[in-house]
Amino acid sequence: MSKPSLVIVDTACANISSVRFAFERLGVSPLVTADAAQINSADRVILPGVGTAAAAMRNLQRLELVDTLRQLQQPVLGICLGMQLLTTASAEGDVDCLGIIPTRTERLQAADLPLPHMGWNTVDGRADNPLLAGLPDASYFYFVHSFAVAVSAHTIASCHYGQTFAAMVRSGNFFGAQFHPERSGAAGATILKNFLELTDADTRT
Amino acid sequence: MLAKRIIPCLDVRNGEVVKGVQFRNHEIIGAIEPLAERYAAAGADELVFYDITASADARVIDKSWVERVARLIDIPFTVAGGISSIEQAQQLLAMGADKLSINSPALQNPDLINQLVDEFGQQCIVIGIDSFFDSESQTYQVYQFTGDEQRTQKTRWQTADWLAEVVARGAGEVVLNCMNQDGVRKGYDIAQLQTLRRSCPIPLIASGGAGAKEHFAEVFQQAAVDGALAASVFHKNIIEISELKDYLATQEIVVRR
Repeated sequence: MSKPSLVIVDTACANISSVRFAFERLGVSPLVTADAAQINSADRVILPGVGTAAAAMRNLQRLELVDTLRQLQQPVLGICLGMQLLTTASAEGDVDCLGIIPTRTERLQAADLPLPHMGWNTVDGRADNPLLAGLPDASYFYFVHSFAVAVSAHTIASCHYGQTFAAMVRSGNFFGAQFHPERSGAAGATILKNFLELTDADTRT
Repeated sequence: MLAKRIIPCLDVRNGEVVKGVQFRNHEIIGAIEPLAERYAAAGADELVFYDITASADARVIDKSWVERVARLIDIPFTVAGGISSIEQAQQLLAMGADKLSINSPALQNPDLINQLVDEFGQQCIVIGIDSFFDSESQTYQVYQFTGDEQRTQKTRWQTADWLAEVVARGAGEVVLNCMNQDGVRKGYDIAQLQTLRRSCPIPLIASGGAGAKEHFAEVFQQAAVDGALAASVFHKNIIEISELKDYLATQEIVVRR
């Protein structure tokens, strides 16, 4: 089977290079683009994200990508802020997001722990999470964030830091990871590989 | 549980990794990429690259190695050294650096911290603070241009005040280099780190003084820092990262293995 074609959405405010390099280490050459036609025709789409939700949504609107992203049928993976953008709205800048996954992004309630939540933390996955296939329970992933997606029916993995929050979400063909798989060593590479190898059965709701 | 981070620090000068004692007399350790790869494979949680000459020379670091490192390793890394503008920061992040650490340029222009945080987000802006204990006045003083012994100078800031300032300006993390301890491998400055930890609501990384596995346990247990940075003990193979983590786990410190 040939490698699937992969597009990384050029959100203009993300550190896209490390995501691109991570896929290149897996033998895939991603196309970084903000072109709707190219995004539509890719086998897999990555929505990366670093920065603030308000700035990222502003960029997606300016690039006229909001409807394109909402209507994608192929597997999509939002990373970090990219995952938060899949939700209905974010408290970071009080902004409407893409509304693909019906839950909200709120400020992380970490009590007296340092914020941002930065470093390697363990993730507990739901048994039916295809992206965690082959990984042991409580694997470590690298997190950097101050806002987090609330736990809901769409949570397919959770993490705890002051509170329990969604480490991974899913709705149909849309997936999200709050941590950075591209910077999470071998465990992170496994997630990216699993994403590339998703089957149609995996993405049916 | 969030793991305590072990962070090898690679001081870079002229494209090579070097190491000094108390920020002086640098010796060459080796090339950047093989060391970066070795530490990532050995279980380092993160790497920091300091171009120690950059600020003192008023030039930005030679950047070509940043992209080579980003392609090679799959753990986060921070780049430091003379980053004094949005454009420079943009370029380094675009090459794949995860975080940028700002030291002397932030002291010269504190507004730079706010500008970088506004542009790139709090999560990627680290402030490095070089703090020296002055035994005469019994105070901790912030120094700048510590990469060049000819130009190293005391600033008007006491360390606790500068820490409060950078937190107020939105910094995402602080690396506190305790200069008296640097490179002498007698242990982290626990007293100073304990004091500053209490007034630091963002992640705090200890730097300077690691010489034995016990020093890492002490700093995590007594100063509650989020990570511990070290250079010579790793460069000189005095401590092996996986053995260090095994030891810390026996001390009930949460580490990623």
